[in-house]
Amino acid sequence: MAFETEELKAIDKIIAENLASKDQQKSPLLPVLQDIQKFYGWLPEKALIRASQKLSVPLVSLYGIASFYNEFRLKPLGDYHIVVCTGTACHVRGAPLLVSELERTLGIQVGEVTPDQKFSLETARCVGTCAVAPVIIVDGEYHGKISKKEVQQLVTELREEGE
Amino acid sequence: MERIDSPEKLKALQQAAQKKQEEKESFITMCGGTGCQGSGCQKVIDKLKSEVEKRNLSDTIGIKITGCQGFCEQGPLMVIRPQGSFYIRLEPEDIPEILEETIENKKSVDRLLYTDPESQQKIEKEQDIPFYKHQKRLVFKNNGFIEPTEIDDYFNVDGYSALAKTLYEMSPEDVIEETIEANLRGRGGAGFPAGKKWKYCRQEEAEPKYLACNADEGDPGAYMDRSILEGNPHLVIEGMIIAAYAIGAHQGYIYVRAEYPLAVKHTKQAIEVAREYGLLGDNIMGTDFSFDLEVAEGAGAFVAGESTALMHSIEGKRPMPRQTPPRSVQQGLFGKPTVLNNVETFGNVPLIIMNGAEWFKSIGTENSKGAKIFSLVGKVNNTGLIEVPMGITLRKIVFDIGGGIPGGKKVKAVQTGGPSGGCIPEDLFDLKVDFDELSEAGSMMGSGGMVVMDEDTCMVDVAKFFLDFLKDESCGKCLPCRNGIPKMLDILTRITEGLGTEQDLIKLEDISKTIKKTALCGLGDSAPNPVLSTIEYFRDEYEAHIHDLACPAGVCPELIYYEVDPEECKACDRCKRACPVDAIAGEPGGDPYVIDNKICISCGTCIEECPFEAIAVIPGQQEGSEKVKRVAQK
Ligand SMILES: Cc1cc2nc3c(=O)[nH]c(=O)nc-3n(C[C@H](O)[C@H](O)[C@H](O)COP(=O)(O)O)c2cc1C
Ligand code: FES
Repeated sequence: MAFETEELKAIDKIIAENLASKDQQKSPLLPVLQDIQKFYGWLPEKALIRASQKLSVPLVSLYGIASFYNEFRLKPLGDYHIVVCTGTACHVRGAPLLVSELERTLGIQVGEVTPDQKFSLETARCVGTCAVAPVIIVDGEYHGKISKKEVQQLVTELREEGE
Repeated sequence: MERIDSPEKLKALQQAAQKKQEEKESFITMCGGTGCQGSGCQKVIDKLKSEVEKRNLSDTIGIKITGCQGFCEQGPLMVIRPQGSFYIRLEPEDIPEILEETIENKKSVDRLLYTDPESQQKIEKEQDIPFYKHQKRLVFKNNGFIEPTEIDDYFNVDGYSALAKTLYEMSPEDVIEETIEANLRGRGGAGFPAGKKWKYCRQEEAEPKYLACNADEGDPGAYMDRSILEGNPHLVIEGMIIAAYAIGAHQGYIYVRAEYPLAVKHTKQAIEVAREYGLLGDNIMGTDFSFDLEVAEGAGAFVAGESTALMHSIEGKRPMPRQTPPRSVQQGLFGKPTVLNNVETFGNVPLIIMNGAEWFKSIGTENSKGAKIFSLVGKVNNTGLIEVPMGITLRKIVFDIGGGIPGGKKVKAVQTGGPSGGCIPEDLFDLKVDFDELSEAGSMMGSGGMVVMDEDTCMVDVAKFFLDFLKDESCGKCLPCRNGIPKMLDILTRITEGLGTEQDLIKLEDISKTIKKTALCGLGDSAPNPVLSTIEYFRDEYEAHIHDLACPAGVCPELIYYEVDPEECKACDRCKRACPVDAIAGEPGGDPYVIDNKICISCGTCIEECPFEAIAVIPGQQEGSEKVKRVAQK
């Protein structure tokens, strides 16, 4: 990805805003990363390098935070982003079988993106709708009490939709 | 907007809000909680709004989109008041009929009512449904009446009266005494008395003091804290202002995980509105007390819910726990005295101030007062959020409120306390749910996850699941947790693959002891609990895995095999077509099909596919095609 000056400006702006926040005691690292992720949907290396220069902190400190929290992604997502909940309630209601089903159908492992960039697959530890377990989220939309068959149908529909 | 500068002003606003409500003939409340969103409530809400508009009913009918009403299993949910009709599993197409029948003709629509599974009778009103009947809704009481973005709705239920009483009639010491007297114990995990914590913090000399609210909700299987914040954010804010007054704090933080965008949004918005009304900021309600709140967004790390780690996270750092003491009440946020309480703990505070410690103490058991919210999930019919008096039995929760186990299966255990808790077997279901009895049984109250498990749940697999979770979530700072958890997980994985030995159980117990004694924070300290409690109560399952190479619950893929019942099989070919690894042989219309367990990966697809329930899961190894051999070869 070419790193445009537009993007540089956007990142600089994010940093400036966070540094200007009223709470000077707070370290700006976490909110800066959150804002960069809001901007891109993930954390590109170039953006992290820029942030590390601007904030005068070693890149490794940013990486430390980015890799610690589950929320941060160091890879871009596919056009359709599928999250399978593997929290306790979903686990006992068959989430592991959904995960392997999706891995087989999409031909990728959890954490990967299909070669055509169409699908990415992730798991989450409870998405907070445990009552309707098992749950998957496709591009932010929750699907509760979903069966393997419905997962198959969903993927087929999405594949056709993109065609 | 006018600032509230006296109790009288508040009263006037409350009365105005009540009057405004009375102007409407009826209110239609739709649950907009995340559970109902998962069941497609948005489409129903859109339809409702457009139909009410189309029929010119807007003047007489009010619509409220509330936070979670609890009975998520049956969503999307609707309640019509004052009629009281409670409708479940709604589709957009149901709306016109509801408007005609219930609103115009004042009759309920029978087909949309809840059916009692036992008597097969229709039940019209919410309070008569067993799921609600046995509950004691205190903190959740108003969730079904409040549109979270409307502060007027909170005024309508006398919101902020407790704050007025606090600021105008009580000293900080009074508030602390009342809370100690009520014996309000923390709802986030350990059950430490909130009033005492406040007192210790107040006694500290260092200034400024901080207040923080724990809405990290890391327990994977629990969602009550988010539902309180999403549905009734002002209740938590009011509780926090009262606590801040008690300890003498002027700045507070609500730490919410970013994965809960709706909770973040509603909380932020409620803070802003409260500020505009002069309920936050300088000179609250016209007094000289000042306090402000900020939302700090977490980023999804279980350990960030631990108090010292949470404070590091609010400071913008990596959420690493630190050694205690010093306790947070001495040196917390930015090195200053800090009180951290859970969302539900704060939610109880205004109720105690308004109704008094005596009232609160009249509910619950000797050492656990009040009610507790649980997320009742897993293998139970009525899943959802429940608030029950302390001391209720697990049996009552699972069978009376939860409606028993789906599919006529047998219940096996209830898991409480999340990854720090344990599994309680069915023969202990008569124990009273409170802080002490749960701990005695080897589990804990935790923040309120309650996962029901049936005969098809493998307890070794559950223990493995929690350790796998904790391995990912361990921060890596202390060695016992960093190395001990993966080691235990390793052993459990081997057991579930048929490679375990009797020695392994002793090893698991040994490592557990070491971790418990030496881990730095509560995460490691409690990490062995799921393993220890399952070994204690379900040793036979571990032994079946080890000695018989069989998973009695039919879960662990290497310790089961599939078999087609030749009597039931109709040779329809569906299973063969569905099988992802071509493990099934047969000709359509020919002889019964056969599964080759040398190839089968136990994915369950054929079972789901078979219309005749002809495929059985059999614990153990099939002679000649033992799956454990595959593992050994690997
Ligand atoms: C690993 C770990 C995770 C925790 N997660 C949470 C949590 O998600 N929510 C919570 O309220 N308390 C959590 N706690 C408990 C907190 O450390 C703390 O005791 C609690 O927030 C205090 O509030 P309370 O006294 O009102 O319960 C956790 C503790 C540990 C050790
Ligand atoms: S466990 Fe899946 S939503 Fe909570």
